[in-house]
Amino acid sequence: METTSLTIPELRQKLSSGAIRPREVVDQLAARIAAVDPKVKAYLHVDAEKARAAADSANPALPLGGVPIAVKDVINVKGDPCTCASKILEGYVAPYDATVIAKLREAGAILFGRTNMDEFAMGSSTENSSWGPTHNPWDLDRIPGGSSGGSAAAVAGHEAFVALWTDTGGSIRQPAALCSCVGLKPTYGRVSRYGLTAFASSLDQIGTFSKTVEEAALLLEIIAGHDTRDNTSVNRSVPKYAASLGMGVKGLRLGVPKEYFIAGIDPEVEKAVRAAIDAYRGQGAEIVEVSLPHTQYAVAVYYIIATAEASANLARFDGVRYGRRAKNPKDILDLYRRTRAEGFGAEVKRRIILGTYVLSSGYYDAYYNRAQKVRHLIADDFRQAFKKCDALLTPTSPTPAFKLGERTQDPLQMYLADIFTIAVNLAGICGVSIPCGFTSGKLPIGLQIIGPKWGEETMLRVAHAYEQATPWHKEKPPL
Amino acid sequence: MANPSSDSIDVTYVADLARLKLSAEETATFQKQLGDVLGYVSQLKEVDVSKVSLLGDADLENRLRTDEVRASLPVAEALANAPKQENNLFVVPKIVE
Amino acid sequence: MNSPTTHLTATDYEAVIGLEVHVQLKTKTKMFCACKNEFGGPANSHVCPVCLGLPGVLPVPNEEAIIKTILTGEMLGCQIATRCKFDRKNYFYPDMPKNYQISQYDEPLCQGGAVRLDLLAFPKDAQKDAAASADKPIRLVRIHLEEDVAKSFHFEDGTSGIDFNRAGTPLMEIVSEADISSPEEAFAYLSALKQILIYGGVSDADMEKGQMRCDVNISIRPRGQKEFGTKCELKNLNSISGVRRALKYEIARQIDVVTSGGQIEQQTRRWDDDKGETTLMRTKEKAHDYRYFPDPDIQPVRTDHGLYEKAQSLMPELPAAKKLRLVRDFGLSAYQAAVLASDVPLANYFEKAAKPKPVNGAAVANFLLNDFLAMKLAAPAFAAAEAVLKKVDSQTASHVQNEIPNLPSVDPIFFTELAEFSTSGKINSRQAKEVFAQMLATGKSPAQLVKELGLEQVSDVGQLEAFCDQAIAANPKSVADFKAGKQNAVNALKGQVMKLSKGTANPQLVGEILIRKLSA
Ligand SMILES: [Mg+2]
Ligand SMILES: [Zn+2]
Repeated sequence: METTSLTIPELRQKLSSGAIRPREVVDQLAARIAAVDPKVKAYLHVDAEKARAAADSANPALPLGGVPIAVKDVINVKGDPCTCASKILEGYVAPYDATVIAKLREAGAILFGRTNMDEFAMGSSTENSSWGPTHNPWDLDRIPGGSSGGSAAAVAGHEAFVALWTDTGGSIRQPAALCSCVGLKPTYGRVSRYGLTAFASSLDQIGTFSKTVEEAALLLEIIAGHDTRDNTSVNRSVPKYAASLGMGVKGLRLGVPKEYFIAGIDPEVEKAVRAAIDAYRGQGAEIVEVSLPHTQYAVAVYYIIATAEASANLARFDGVRYGRRAKNPKDILDLYRRTRAEGFGAEVKRRIILGTYVLSSGYYDAYYNRAQKVRHLIADDFRQAFKKCDALLTPTSPTPAFKLGERTQDPLQMYLADIFTIAVNLAGICGVSIPCGFTSGKLPIGLQIIGPKWGEETMLRVAHAYEQATPWHKEKPPL
Repeated sequence: MANPSSDSIDVTYVADLARLKLSAEETATFQKQLGDVLGYVSQLKEVDVSKVSLLGDADLENRLRTDEVRASLPVAEALANAPKQENNLFVVPKIVE
Repeated sequence: MNSPTTHLTATDYEAVIGLEVHVQLKTKTKMFCACKNEFGGPANSHVCPVCLGLPGVLPVPNEEAIIKTILTGEMLGCQIATRCKFDRKNYFYPDMPKNYQISQYDEPLCQGGAVRLDLLAFPKDAQKDAAASADKPIRLVRIHLEEDVAKSFHFEDGTSGIDFNRAGTPLMEIVSEADISSPEEAFAYLSALKQILIYGGVSDADMEKGQMRCDVNISIRPRGQKEFGTKCELKNLNSISGVRRALKYEIARQIDVVTSGGQIEQQTRRWDDDKGETTLMRTKEKAHDYRYFPDPDIQPVRTDHGLYEKAQSLMPELPAAKKLRLVRDFGLSAYQAAVLASDVPLANYFEKAAKPKPVNGAAVANFLLNDFLAMKLAAPAFAAAEAVLKKVDSQTASHVQNEIPNLPSVDPIFFTELAEFSTSGKINSRQAKEVFAQMLATGKSPAQLVKELGLEQVSDVGQLEAFCDQAIAANPKSVADFKAGKQNAVNALKGQVMKLSKGTANPQLVGEILIRKLSA
């Protein structure tokens, strides 16, 4: 029986009925990876033996009993390496579990493989990995998006059922759009960040990649919730997200922000997203136009705040307590400077320098402080918009997947790839990208649905309604 | 205070603050690229932020930790990742005061 | 107004001193993780992913540390912020796991306030001269909360080793205005501050143990000049008296430089307590660029959501109030009250000892402050006796509360008993001292000791008359002298009676009986 194309509920059904054993599932996944990953390069490391051992002791009665889950290489799993696709963490083995990992273990999941990413999640194409880029399963000459390109490619290429990822500026939603899968970024504070190697603390949030909206809802129920180890996680009860799927969109008001359909957006992307909006209208939703006037500043704000926070967050990688250390340092300063020069890639260095600069004496007010204030205005735009509607509909990415190497020499062009996803992180609200068709060249297009703070329930319900009415999520890349 | 439009980033100085040793080539590349980025972000100057206050976050609730001890790591685990160690200490080149 | 300073002599200069004091808070756990806040033990045994700064960890502030900082602010009359936040102070140093310190930048917990210089807080040898500046308030700029760094050890082979046990423990930084103008005032400031910290149970504040650490900024200027001179920073100050010595040296050095035509250079200097001098560590470096920004991992804290009330409920009686009360309720001298107030456990002991009979308070205080403290100073023998006593103690007086071993290890009630024997004249002062010594050495009660030592004064008139008769019969010369009008002659007879009674006779009664008999 072929299982790698199953959804989690389908797989769970086969596991609990005893139709298939967890070990066979792991074996099939390993075989699929062996077959396609040399082309896709979605994984950084796979320990199939460890997964088989876990499979043998899996309890199918648990909510994720025996279900293999891929994890971004930025989340700490006790006893496993966690390199963040960076040479600076070479040799580091995590001595503790992230809170989400503990929750997955408790739910019976099998932690299976670490997927590729942009180094420290800094990038929009997964080309910044120290171990080489991941390729888009729909077109191997193209990028899978980033920073979570490895996970998106793995799920899209049926090398993983679902994956756990992080989204700082669109790192889940943008690759999900470019690879035709479902990428969910929950509200900031919904899922504990403890154990997630920080890129930008006020923006990072753990979310999920999956083939379907239902899987995203099921996974979120398991990983969400208050954690006393994370001062920014919020003490609110976790709804049964999967339960309200299937309620349709009749009576809901869906907002279309006019600023998201601007010059520079690919015409095929615009056409697909407009068609999706029409489909919602056809299903009985009321479509309203809204305005998010500060949208145009989101990328600028993001690159100040995210790099500032990153400059401090990444200071700890210094070769003193763990990870790589430069050989024969002549003094402590030399140890720091060479360790970090050798350990970090170009994009990480670029962002550390930018972040250090915007915080430095004389520039703080002009950059960091001002950016925080504009961030406030961006968040306020959303608050105003959600007075008029229940969720927003936008394109996820202005273009389909671009070619490998196309933008690597022009960081600013690269940064603009996240233009539609970044504002959601700045406002701390939730967003999900779902498949929305293909270009004439068979490249995936994503539809982004944005919800207010704690609005995951309605947002997922909206996503599910479109998904169920369209065939996109059932298509498989020609690998 | 410096005016962001008129100054360009001093990559050498900032890299030194960030303890990054850059080659001459990297310095030149970053100088140009970050110049472009700063040019782009300078559009924030046109936003009126005079009415924005960063204090008074609405739903502020204290989420503090009660003063109760939890287990620390065993010493061997604490030191397991150390690039260099001796006598249970993390070892580095001599630190001057 | 700008007279050429070269014409000035040493006495024309005054010192301007400001102190930054770091105080380790007494909490069970560290500031941002649940590791033990405790020293000693193997290196790196009190560390976890959080205080080692591993990838992915997050800080969660310790409520108790915030409460204790608010309490400190309350005790020192600061304004307590209703909202505060934590910031990241960025700089690279191997003793700091994250290469940023979580501290408070522009929203500290406490601002303003002052430390008053009590006369007794000055060094003993300077108290006479200090009378003028006693009660002077040293204003505070702020108090904020931050995390401590690790401890490093330096080896011969050109390496350093780091122990992160101390990393991340709660540290309070108390910054004074430059209101201090002499080494003695600096001494008094630190002593008074330490006393208050101990009162609040906030810290043990022992400089020798590093629980209180002090950075000193010192400059000099001609008296009357408003502008500050160029300041130097002093490091490696490991005791309050060391601070005084270092300042004395440094002021003299700076005056020397200036009066011999030189200029003070901005420097960081290291105090060498053995050599008694400060030496250059480094000259002015380029200003630090700490790139402070609000720590996005930590929510701002509202003190008005219960924290302030909790701190209020811990507010102790402060030293000044305690002194007044001891004078008022126990009839102590101002000096006795002040000495007791400077040692809270001793003061608590005193109160237990004196409570049953407050009128004897002064006598109880005398035994504690003179006899007991003197005995403690006569150390080794006493320490041995104390050790023996500990055993006795557990059986005979298990209810005795010994906060610290620096207290008498006997039931405080014994002090009341002893004072009672003494003030009522049942035993004389020499005997009282003997009973006192025995009481501490054996743990027996004064009543028992008086009996065992046969010190109970004989007040039985019949018995005393017999002694008196004996004395009169044996000393006709004295009797004749008395009868000739020499009143003092009675003393010789009295002495005889005391001798005959082996010192147990009640001297007052003996006097009365003798005079009655001789006048008959
Ligand atoms: Mg400090
Ligand atoms: Zn710890």
